[in-house]
Amino acid sequence: MATITANPPRIGLPGLLKNRAVQKLLLLAVAAAILVPLANARWASGTWPSALTVDFSEPLAKASDWIIDNRDSHPLFLYFFGHVSNVVVIAVRAVYLTLLAVGWAGVTALGALVAWRVAGVKLALGTAVAFLACGLLGMWVPTMQTLALMVVAVLASVVVGALLGLAAGLSDRMDRVLRPVLDTMQVLPAFAYLLPVVLVFGIGVPAAVLATVIYAAPPMARLTALGLRGADKEVLEAVESLGSTARQRLLTARIPLARKELLLGVNQTIMMALSMAVIAAVIGAGGLGDRVYQALASVDVGAALAAGIPIVLLAVVLDRVTGAAGEKLGAAPEPRGRLGWLLALAGVVAVAVAGRLAGRLDWPDAWVVGIAEPVNRAVDWMTAHLYSGVPVIGGTADWAGHFTTWVLDPVRDGLQGLPWWSLLLIVAALAWVIGTWRTALTAVLAMAAIGVLGVWKPSLDTLSQVLAAVAVTLVVGFAVGIAAARSDRLERALRPVLDVFQTMPQFVYLIPVVALFGVGRAPAVAAAIVYALPAVVRITTQGLRQVDPAALEASGSLGATSWQQLRQVQLPLARPALLLAVNQGLVLVLAVVVIGGLVGGGALGYDVVFGLAQGDLATGLVAGVAIVCLGLMLDRVTQPTERRAKKGA
Amino acid sequence: MRVRTTAAVAAVSSLALLTGCGAADMTKQASPFANAQGAKTVTLSVQSWVGAQANVAVAQYLLEHELGYRVDTVQVDEVPAWDALSQGRVDAILEDWGHPEQEKRYVDDKKTIARGGGLGVTGHIGWFVPTYLAKQHPDITNWKNLNKYSHLFRTPESGSKGQLMDGSPSYVTNDKALVKNLKLDYQVVFAGSEAAQITQIKQFAKEKKPFLTYWYAPQWLFKKVPMTEVKLPPYKEGCDADPEKVACAYPHTPLQKYLNSGFAKNGGKAAAFLKKFRWTTEDQNEVSLMIAEQKMSPEDAAKKWVDSHKSTWKKWLS
Repeated sequence: MATITANPPRIGLPGLLKNRAVQKLLLLAVAAAILVPLANARWASGTWPSALTVDFSEPLAKASDWIIDNRDSHPLFLYFFGHVSNVVVIAVRAVYLTLLAVGWAGVTALGALVAWRVAGVKLALGTAVAFLACGLLGMWVPTMQTLALMVVAVLASVVVGALLGLAAGLSDRMDRVLRPVLDTMQVLPAFAYLLPVVLVFGIGVPAAVLATVIYAAPPMARLTALGLRGADKEVLEAVESLGSTARQRLLTARIPLARKELLLGVNQTIMMALSMAVIAAVIGAGGLGDRVYQALASVDVGAALAAGIPIVLLAVVLDRVTGAAGEKLGAAPEPRGRLGWLLALAGVVAVAVAGRLAGRLDWPDAWVVGIAEPVNRAVDWMTAHLYSGVPVIGGTADWAGHFTTWVLDPVRDGLQGLPWWSLLLIVAALAWVIGTWRTALTAVLAMAAIGVLGVWKPSLDTLSQVLAAVAVTLVVGFAVGIAAARSDRLERALRPVLDVFQTMPQFVYLIPVVALFGVGRAPAVAAAIVYALPAVVRITTQGLRQVDPAALEASGSLGATSWQQLRQVQLPLARPALLLAVNQGLVLVLAVVVIGGLVGGGALGYDVVFGLAQGDLATGLVAGVAIVCLGLMLDRVTQPTERRAKKGA
Repeated sequence: MRVRTTAAVAAVSSLALLTGCGAADMTKQASPFANAQGAKTVTLSVQSWVGAQANVAVAQYLLEHELGYRVDTVQVDEVPAWDALSQGRVDAILEDWGHPEQEKRYVDDKKTIARGGGLGVTGHIGWFVPTYLAKQHPDITNWKNLNKYSHLFRTPESGSKGQLMDGSPSYVTNDKALVKNLKLDYQVVFAGSEAAQITQIKQFAKEKKPFLTYWYAPQWLFKKVPMTEVKLPPYKEGCDADPEKVACAYPHTPLQKYLNSGFAKNGGKAAAFLKKFRWTTEDQNEVSLMIAEQKMSPEDAAKKWVDSHKSTWKKWLS
């Protein structure tokens, strides 16, 4: 759309017609002029016509009954799923028992020394402090349970992801087949596939591990494929000229060349897996997530935070250490590197044995610091003083009320009031202007699928919440991002804050959000903003900082003020990054729609939670698929085609 | 200690060998975290409300301190908990609010779940207004007068209608049908979780604002925010058979315990104890209030109750 308004008005009609976007829109208008009266004559209704829906509830209910009735006897379960389940249980148990046997001192030493070898002294200290903090918060055993689960889930995700990525990296056809599969795995809300996984594996660790793998394997697969495809052509040709076979080429050249991407894949997989720790607790994964979830039941923010902090610490430590390992890759190997590793290993063994001899394997109860009470007092104070009756600006409840009545209601009613075909047209127009006819077709089909599934109205309700949340996220995110790009100090200060927001399980801040904004759609929007903001800030800052300094200097020497520089040089040049921020904002906001269902957001998020709670596959899965369709549509409408081509994997 | 670890490693590796071939039994899989340090484990399911936490806390305390078991707890929603119980992932549900469909499937047909007797507590769902509001408008406690007062209950979420707040999606509710069939000028707003609902109720009560909510007894929140029930058309057997046409109040349900049938047979002292576990609404509320309001850990709350009610729980152990 921007291209149209950018046209100087003095170009006459023929000039306008040459503009590609206008051409597309005209074509679309012609098509609409023919199709709309036809559709309107057959199914004259404002919302999606019921003649065009398909009811999936019966087959889905039958499928779930079949699984329950045959789970204990059918060979598929006895000889396949049963073994998968057993292997997972045994693997997790083995890791867990090992961690317990090494003891808290041993585990801390192991973590610190590995971090020292891989990433240096500073991160080693950080790792040790993080582990000790988990113990101090009284969360040692749950932390070990979560860690055991994570080790197994990450290993499985890395193996599965690497295999998929290998297939996609070596064969174009596999790449085309896998791409939509990977997209779906990432966008489908985890809550929606928890239920099918639970039906097959039952409540507990196996289901939790599998659900985590579904969520965490795609980044590994994408980055593996990207690495394999991106290998330097000249190197490959050189290897080929030496007469090596295809397998030798793969093992000696392509995979080693791709190791940076592979390591980044591992890093991303770890982060995704950890973000599932709490959601997996809903189906009995145990560990830290379960503590957060149980604290939520007794409305105890302090206890939830005490279990949430170790998750944040684990995530930050693992991210930094694997990140540092990735940066070190390719550098010259250190002299006496092996000696260092031996020393580290000896240190760990010494500490573990010492702990064992001293009989101090379990974290001592006396060393636990209770943070729950002061935190709860702080939350109480905050909600008591901010909820309502603040002079001049009004309380948070008033804001939430105004936001609901002035923003959410009109957007929702507007979307639901539009005739269904006009929404399809708008989607087509937006997607076509920004991309090709293919993107437009995908977007329209995704939107139509929502209607066919019979969830048109709740989906538009969800869409209105997503749009409102994204709008606020972008306004705040761009402002903070621009500020951070202009001040190094602010950026440094923001980094830990953004880390915490990104990795803190959303369950922890549900209660404060309700306490501030009341039950309804407003707290759902607030929770989404908290979650999506860090990514938008980061992408904006990075995009602005990467603007060519030469362009800035040139404009500076021409006497442009700093505001002019920002508006006329930096922002236009950072446009791709800003568009990516919009896109990521949408995807992330959509990812917390389900969480919004837990605080009164209603619509699709509530349906997904309802499906899981009532064992109702039809409601939960259909709502989950509708969320995927919304995500697909929003992605196509906001992501220009050329960047998708570059993304590659 | 070392011997135990070696034994565990041996057990793990022999299990690995065993599973390499032959059929795997999906009904016999415990949590990998169970029996971790050579103790016998009982796994109890906890539902998201505090009453259920109170049952489990006391049962756990007695199992651990009087009978020498290790207790694992898993928080699961009600329907999935039945599924988990059938598969032996958990050994017992201590508080069930009535799931006829699941009872028929698992207890009567598949026989994977056994009845564990009553909990001794009677549950009741209903519509409640805060008592300070009922004192101002005494006639508000009859459903026939609710339309007259609907303007009091307006919120941004419910628009021009009054708001009837419902809670977690896992709870049994006929409220949407009730509002429609009783022709009430109300909008059901789902808080989405009990935590959100309680937080909102507390906020309303702090400001003495009117509210109408789906709620249930026994519940510790009544001690904190006194609430009065709104009379709905009386409950008669079978009046809630058709979920679309319900126009009557919710029944009073004696809450039930259920055990995995394998555990019920072979669970030894633990199973016998859980079958005998039976206490009163007041007992449960006492423990719930300590957990939810005084923010005591479930373990401390259980200890406090156990120390002062010896005669009650001695009977469960005999």
